[in-house]
Amino acid sequence: MTNDRPALAATVLGILRSIAPEVEPDALDPTRPLRHQVDLDSMDWLNFLVALHERLGVNIPEADYAQLVTLDNVLDYLLAKLGPASA
Amino acid sequence: MIDFKLPSLGADMDEGTLLTWHVKPGDAVKRGQVVAVVDTSKAAVDVEIWQDGVVTELLVQAGEKVPVGTVLARLLAPGEVAAPAGAQPPAAGPIAAPATVPQPATPQVQEAPQTTMTARHPVSPAARKRAKALGLDPDTLRGSGPQGAVTLADIEAAAAARVTPAPPAGAPDRQKDMRKAIAAAMSRSKREIPHYYLSDTIPMATALAWLQQRNEGVAITERMLPAVLLLHAVAVALRRAPQLNGFYRDGAFQPSAAVHAGVAISLRGGGLVAPAIHDVGAKPLVQLMHELADLVRRARAGSLRSSEMSDPTLTVTNLGDQSVETVFGVIYPPQVALVGFGRLDVRPWVQDGKVCALPLLTATLAADHRASDGHQGALFLAELRELLQQPQTLADTIAPAANQEGSNP
Repeated sequence: MTNDRPALAATVLGILRSIAPEVEPDALDPTRPLRHQVDLDSMDWLNFLVALHERLGVNIPEADYAQLVTLDNVLDYLLAKLGPASA
Repeated sequence: MIDFKLPSLGADMDEGTLLTWHVKPGDAVKRGQVVAVVDTSKAAVDVEIWQDGVVTELLVQAGEKVPVGTVLARLLAPGEVAAPAGAQPPAAGPIAAPATVPQPATPQVQEAPQTTMTARHPVSPAARKRAKALGLDPDTLRGSGPQGAVTLADIEAAAAARVTPAPPAGAPDRQKDMRKAIAAAMSRSKREIPHYYLSDTIPMATALAWLQQRNEGVAITERMLPAVLLLHAVAVALRRAPQLNGFYRDGAFQPSAAVHAGVAISLRGGGLVAPAIHDVGAKPLVQLMHELADLVRRARAGSLRSSEMSDPTLTVTNLGDQSVETVFGVIYPPQVALVGFGRLDVRPWVQDGKVCALPLLTATLAADHRASDGHQGALFLAELRELLQQPQTLADTIAPAANQEGSNP
């Protein structure tokens, strides 16, 4: 399990591309709302979270959705959940 | 002898290209088995057969493009022996055929009469002459004139399209074809269907609280989306408004006992499909969620089944996900209604004489005046709103499936 930020970002973007193959990671602004940029509907979003859960073992309750607006938010959230870097 | 015909996989399809056979002469097939893959302008579709039998002959080869209704293969019914050549009964009309074979329990799809779409388009004499001069077959063209008539302009357009270099096989071509197919179906809708539109605002606080509580107690893979509750609510509310569920065909409304809800699914890169989830209202919500997830996944992967494409009895569209507040729907013929859900968000609402902030949802109905009136449409929306105020009761309201009255004659 990796929890350094660049590696985590690569994992997250990989999952994102499996749901939205047309995504250009370089074109994503990590500070702007993610779902709007990538055009994720609620089913895509749920699939994204399920994949994160499968790959990283992080369970994201619905109550936390509001914290996950931008890509940076997602990475911050995951890093916090994964605990301090062990690498 | 069973004729296995190319089914109509939606009102916007009038021909298809056979991509692959999954069977060969001598193979026994079971009802519901996928026997072929057919490419429509929208997707490659797994085509199921709705009778048991033994394949005797494949009449259309892979790569051939044929009109809807074309006999693709012949089969022997169970117990039937091969008849000597020439001893076949005289060709029966497409509707007569099912009477001679055992009636399947699930809706039949392969005999769907699509009178408007399968009839050869009329071709004006001028157009025919011009087509001949240009070396085109006017009967293969989609017409833009009255009743789909192929006009001189269509011939010129086809000739112009032919001289432009063919795009590389794959996505761009599919995009163009899909746009044309959607345009044809929606033009027909706007031309033929006298739409009326209704809208209502539904307070969603209770339903969302119920969903959130439910979702907290289950694994993420079992989490349920509001879309599922809405889909179920539509099916249950339709019991109060059967005039909204079914088909308008041959000058008359044909109600459907079962609700096969076409779910509008936008495809990445553009276009949309609206395949059906069968017997909505007769399935537990957990199952509905799984079927919806599976349908969305397969729609986007381009792996839908013929039964899903051919028989939705009404369409539900959930454009709120893309953040619009209100949907003004265009009915997908031969259906007679489309239910649209907008964005779920917190807005001001008056309750018990006080203004408060509540999650609200705008539900709209576009319906066909040939089948219903605004009064029935209003009853439907009012019922929908009431049902969503008691989510647990709604979730427990599971009707027995209405299979015996298959939706697709």
